[in-house]
Amino acid sequence: MDRRQFFKLCACGATTSAISALGLMPGTAMAAPREYKLLKAKETRNNCCYCSVGCGLLMYSHGSNGKNAEKAIFHIEGDADHPVNRGALCPKGAGLVDYVNSPNRNHFPEVREPGTNEWKRISWNDAFSRIARLMKDDRDENFIEKNSDGTTVNRWLSTGMMTSSAQPNEGGFITHKFARSLGLVAIDTIARN
Amino acid sequence: MSAQDIILSSGTSELTPAAQVRRKLSKVAKLFDATKCNGCKACQVSCSEWNDLRAPVGSFQGSYQNPMDLSSECWTLMKYQEVERDNKLNWRFAHSACMHCDDPACLTACSTKGAIVQRANGVVDFDSDKCTGCGYCVSACPFDVPRLDPIDQKAYKCTMCSDRIQVGQEPACVKSCITGALKYGTREDMLFIADLRIKELRKRGYVNAGLYNPEGVGGTGMIMILHDINKPQDYGLPADPKTSVPVKLWQDVVKPLGAAGIMATVAVACLHRITVGRNLVEEDEPAQFDHTHSDKSDKE
Repeated sequence: MDRRQFFKLCACGATTSAISALGLMPGTAMAAPREYKLLKAKETRNNCCYCSVGCGLLMYSHGSNGKNAEKAIFHIEGDADHPVNRGALCPKGAGLVDYVNSPNRNHFPEVREPGTNEWKRISWNDAFSRIARLMKDDRDENFIEKNSDGTTVNRWLSTGMMTSSAQPNEGGFITHKFARSLGLVAIDTIARN
Repeated sequence: MSAQDIILSSGTSELTPAAQVRRKLSKVAKLFDATKCNGCKACQVSCSEWNDLRAPVGSFQGSYQNPMDLSSECWTLMKYQEVERDNKLNWRFAHSACMHCDDPACLTACSTKGAIVQRANGVVDFDSDKCTGCGYCVSACPFDVPRLDPIDQKAYKCTMCSDRIQVGQEPACVKSCITGALKYGTREDMLFIADLRIKELRKRGYVNAGLYNPEGVGGTGMIMILHDINKPQDYGLPADPKTSVPVKLWQDVVKPLGAAGIMATVAVACLHRITVGRNLVEEDEPAQFDHTHSDKSDKE
């Protein structure tokens, strides 16, 4: 490249940048919002089970309900048609999709025996009979039938019960009936966590 | 949405304006009523859920606020401002996200054409494809909202859920709000509702209750009802936000002058070419060379 060619090149460059600075270059497509991600997703109505308020949910999953698509929830928001919450959700409800897809969820009954730090998978049947056995043993040992005044109290203080919070009145009634009939005093729901 | 929905675009001027066709589209707004907010953070969670943002889990910093600041992965943040009033601790919950100014400082500061746009409905949006990551918007924003991502070095902020708005839905934060502290609708409706609410608040003893809709940025697309309009600092809001003078100078004076300078240079070059012509060097003038030549031969 000689001196003259160099000057020509510089002049061409200056002209091109001048043209683009004046807005004479063809513009590219303008900013478009992100694509709406729920357009044809399968929408399922359900109730939030994480407290006793029972807010309505809309759950969106991959696939449009065809038999070959494996459905997996990717978005959850409030159900505006639900009379309880009319679309609104609390922070726990608003983040439900991460509860659903959490790798820390329990998928099956597990037991950690006394003296170990390992969780062992057991069957549902084993779990039920184990729980029943332990409850019976503990109740037989610690049940308080009468207090110091001789009044019948029927208390079982050494065990508590964590129940579901997503129950209708009838479910709540039965839960209480069961727990109180055993003498349980400490009853709480998972709404507390 | 298309280019026709955009009424303001960074890197454009009055000579080359953005598409103007849908100026008549009604502007939308988010109304945040600080007097109704109980600081539950549902707005913050639904923002991160809808926009698929999961900021890394931070550590406890002595406040219920978490994270402590907005980031490229946290576009909506509940700020828990602690204020002392009458020797009592007062919490001032502030829904902090993009204010969607009518006269956005970020858009003025941005030199890249179309990287920051304002849609006909008033929403200010960033286009990360065009963003060059210069960070001018970050420093220009009077509300300190946009943030550069540490990985891709592009600026991000609340989009007012443009993807939801374009199909007619309310933003995710507004939908989830339990107490009704967040509302969404046309700007006209929001101003009307805010007016009623402020009258009610004043009747109930909050004599300084008022609407935060700062004039300095032409009004905002997120308006706020505050307990005390004389002290927006209590909510972490600037008292008089506006586009800073250097930013205005840069866009309104320096850049046009620069363009004019380039134009003038080209014009002068053309003029010179026509009037004076090329600087021709006469190649058959060997007088000076003769001398050196003879020197050389002397040495030999």
